[in-house]
Amino acid sequence: MLHRITEAARPSRRQFLKTGAVAGAGLVIGLHLPLRAAKSGASSGAAAATAGGDFAPNAFVRIAVDDSVTILAKHIEFGQGSHTGLATILAEELDAAWEQVRAEAAPANAEIYNNLHWGPSQGTGGSSSIANSYEQLRQAGAMARALLVEAAAKTWGVPAAEITVEKGQVRHAASGKSSGFGALVETAAGLPTPAEVKLKDPKDFTLIGSRVPRLDSPDKTRGKAMFTIDITLPGMLTAVVARPPLFGAKVKSVNAEAAKAVKGVTDVVEIPRGVAVVAEGFWAANKGREALEIAWDESGAETRGSDEIMAQYKELAKKPGQVARQDGDPAAGLAGAAKVLEATYEYPFLAHAPMEPLDCVVELKPDSCEVWTGSQLQTGDFATAVAISGLKPEQVQVHTLLAGGSFGRRATPDSDMVAEAVSIAKAIGGKAPVKVIWTREDDIQGGRYRPMYYHTIRAGLDADNKLVGWEHRIVGQSILKGTPFEEFLVKNGIDQTSVEGANNLPYAIPNVLIDLHTTDVEVPVLWWRAVGSTHTAYTVEAFLDEVAEAAGKDPVEFRLEMLKDHPRHAAVLKLAAEKAGWGKTLPEGKGIGIAVHESFNSFVAEAAEVTVDGDGGIKVDKVVCAVDCGRPVNPDVIKAQMEGGIGYGLGAILHDEITLEGGRVAQSNFHDYIPLRIEEMPEVEVHIVDSGEAPTGVGEPGTPPVGPAVANAVYNATGRRIRSLPFSRHDLTGT
Amino acid sequence: MVQFVLNGETRDVQAEADTPLLWVIREELGLTGTKFGCGMALCGACTVHLDGSPIRSCVTAVGDVEGASITTIEGVSAEGASKAAQAVQAAWESLDVVQCGYCQSGQIMSAVALLEENPKPSDEDIDAAMSGNVCRCATYVRIRAAIHQAAKTMEG
Repeated sequence: MLHRITEAARPSRRQFLKTGAVAGAGLVIGLHLPLRAAKSGASSGAAAATAGGDFAPNAFVRIAVDDSVTILAKHIEFGQGSHTGLATILAEELDAAWEQVRAEAAPANAEIYNNLHWGPSQGTGGSSSIANSYEQLRQAGAMARALLVEAAAKTWGVPAAEITVEKGQVRHAASGKSSGFGALVETAAGLPTPAEVKLKDPKDFTLIGSRVPRLDSPDKTRGKAMFTIDITLPGMLTAVVARPPLFGAKVKSVNAEAAKAVKGVTDVVEIPRGVAVVAEGFWAANKGREALEIAWDESGAETRGSDEIMAQYKELAKKPGQVARQDGDPAAGLAGAAKVLEATYEYPFLAHAPMEPLDCVVELKPDSCEVWTGSQLQTGDFATAVAISGLKPEQVQVHTLLAGGSFGRRATPDSDMVAEAVSIAKAIGGKAPVKVIWTREDDIQGGRYRPMYYHTIRAGLDADNKLVGWEHRIVGQSILKGTPFEEFLVKNGIDQTSVEGANNLPYAIPNVLIDLHTTDVEVPVLWWRAVGSTHTAYTVEAFLDEVAEAAGKDPVEFRLEMLKDHPRHAAVLKLAAEKAGWGKTLPEGKGIGIAVHESFNSFVAEAAEVTVDGDGGIKVDKVVCAVDCGRPVNPDVIKAQMEGGIGYGLGAILHDEITLEGGRVAQSNFHDYIPLRIEEMPEVEVHIVDSGEAPTGVGEPGTPPVGPAVANAVYNATGRRIRSLPFSRHDLTGT
Repeated sequence: MVQFVLNGETRDVQAEADTPLLWVIREELGLTGTKFGCGMALCGACTVHLDGSPIRSCVTAVGDVEGASITTIEGVSAEGASKAAQAVQAAWESLDVVQCGYCQSGQIMSAVALLEENPKPSDEDIDAAMSGNVCRCATYVRIRAAIHQAAKTMEG
């Protein structure tokens, strides 16, 4: 007998955005800091001690009697170094010693742990963790420091102004008194919160801008880090879900007899997204799923192949789309040009394929629902758990675990992982905690892809070889349509994530048109590391290389002439070119190419050197990267994110595409959705611009330039322009 | 019932003989450092040592390891671990190799096995030994550097 629950439990967009978003006036003080963590009780103006005797001056830090300083991170750590970065900022103003600092995930709370770039909503994305937290955590650290200083002044009977703090030691030079933080905790907890605090002059920074060891290295090096898949609860069951083989198909009927006969299988339940097999462990659940017989209703499903979809995109591209940007008179710009160049570009669906397969653990009881998952959009995941469990918000808790990568996949506006897991827990009557594990096949074939896109582009050069016209047309699905983000990021019918990277073209061109056709396809799509810039940067920067050649100009010089009003683009471009030895002579079979791109307010230029062998094999030997992300908080993490962003982008442009045949996904695992491996990883050299600007993100911006830089290098080596991805579609033998 | 040695201790397990060793280690024996990534020996996240050699535990039936000695990431992290294990983990930490960290248990198990057999690997040796271990964060630059650094430490 199958249990059924309905989809009615889905939260509305409003609910998603409003959950937990009460004004919180009582919590906002002069410092504009939430006073303390969600669960820690009173909200008077006094600093506070937690139940465990720790000192919790505000919602972002706890100081214990053993001197340890724990930063509560509102952003998930999935490799990008957010925990280390957030801790660095707070510890800097606190003047803590790095050795006493640790980080843990904050409890989900939209009000207190709001992403200040989006709010009121807790979540991680758009490379915003450091950027939106920088001032907030400086204040939080400074406030905690002020209270410790005040506590020392009171204890020692000396003026607070004479007290200094350095590396976790509070000192009064004149009296020779000194103390660690822990001994001051009890006194500090009883003090009133200061109305304002003074922040450091950046020239006095000792942690920000220096190399500090990552906080998560020791555990991750010893297999001790806890991911969602590692959560074990007493009596816990494991579930896998049979999902429709076609996007948009639904369960027609299920014969679960054979599945239930598998040793260890306890339940087979139908949920809105498919049929779940619940068992005493993964292996039994998976065997049970293999034994299921399901008839699917494919009447409303997407049955087109990706080639068919692309053919339709090409037809659409012949007509004007919705205007996203118009400067001057684009038609006249091209009509009056001495030379017009034209090209088209094709981009496939891409899966994110994070190393940790998607997963979620739920413990549902009559009066509580606890969720453990690598939550990237806590507020949405929380709202989904509330809605499906049918419980009150105060009865639901979301624990954010470390995640084994995401690249966007765990930021699913409809919280698919959580929705399934709570649905299953409910369908089995909450009789046991349940862990839902997606296999790699479930992940690769489960949709939520970077959309497929088709671009056409035309450029006009005047008689002096200056760019006078630029027309860029994009055809593809909207990522945000139908999600809670639509009302913010879809303007006048233009999904900003479809055109970003094209729309903010920095080059001085008098006549520009960017337009968009938004298509209807039943394949679920999602943001993928760097979102729109994953395709727009490729078109713009690869095409510009063609235009520079037609203009008879050096690609770097050509760009720099048009970047006079964009000094940060120009600076990274010059820096990457200089460090890469731009202009040097390369041996036969080798090539060099360059690209520059801004995404998420960070500026990155990359120069790639490639070797193309006689068999057409492409080896990217080296990438020289220059990045301007404002004030560098953790230089070594920035370097790591550039290395990783380059590797991730490179794997995709060389090998990756999700294709559909009759609506069915053709790829299934790492043998046909091919990840970059160590032998393909180039040497990477990263140069960070020394900047005093506000810090911006680094998780995504390293990815967009690598594709066009490599494409331009391949052209330089072979004379072949690659205008449809991935490169593996093209035979470069003999070039 | 199957009996084998796990990290130096003899263990009896109840799992069906066709159950992959990975799930026995993780679910029945409770050591979660070894990870599930693909289930097809394509990514290396599940790498453990069988009598000192790296194997993919996601495709190794527990019935086939009867009597064998299995070492996991917890084993190479314990006191008294080999010189190679200590050198690899120290290098991993000092270079901050990890990002998300999910694949790193498998990376480290492959790196330790490599250095135990070949204490001074070339870049080509590293490619050959580590090619089966996928890192979607692409920490490969640092994995290579850490293996070279560990080799240097072992030299003494």
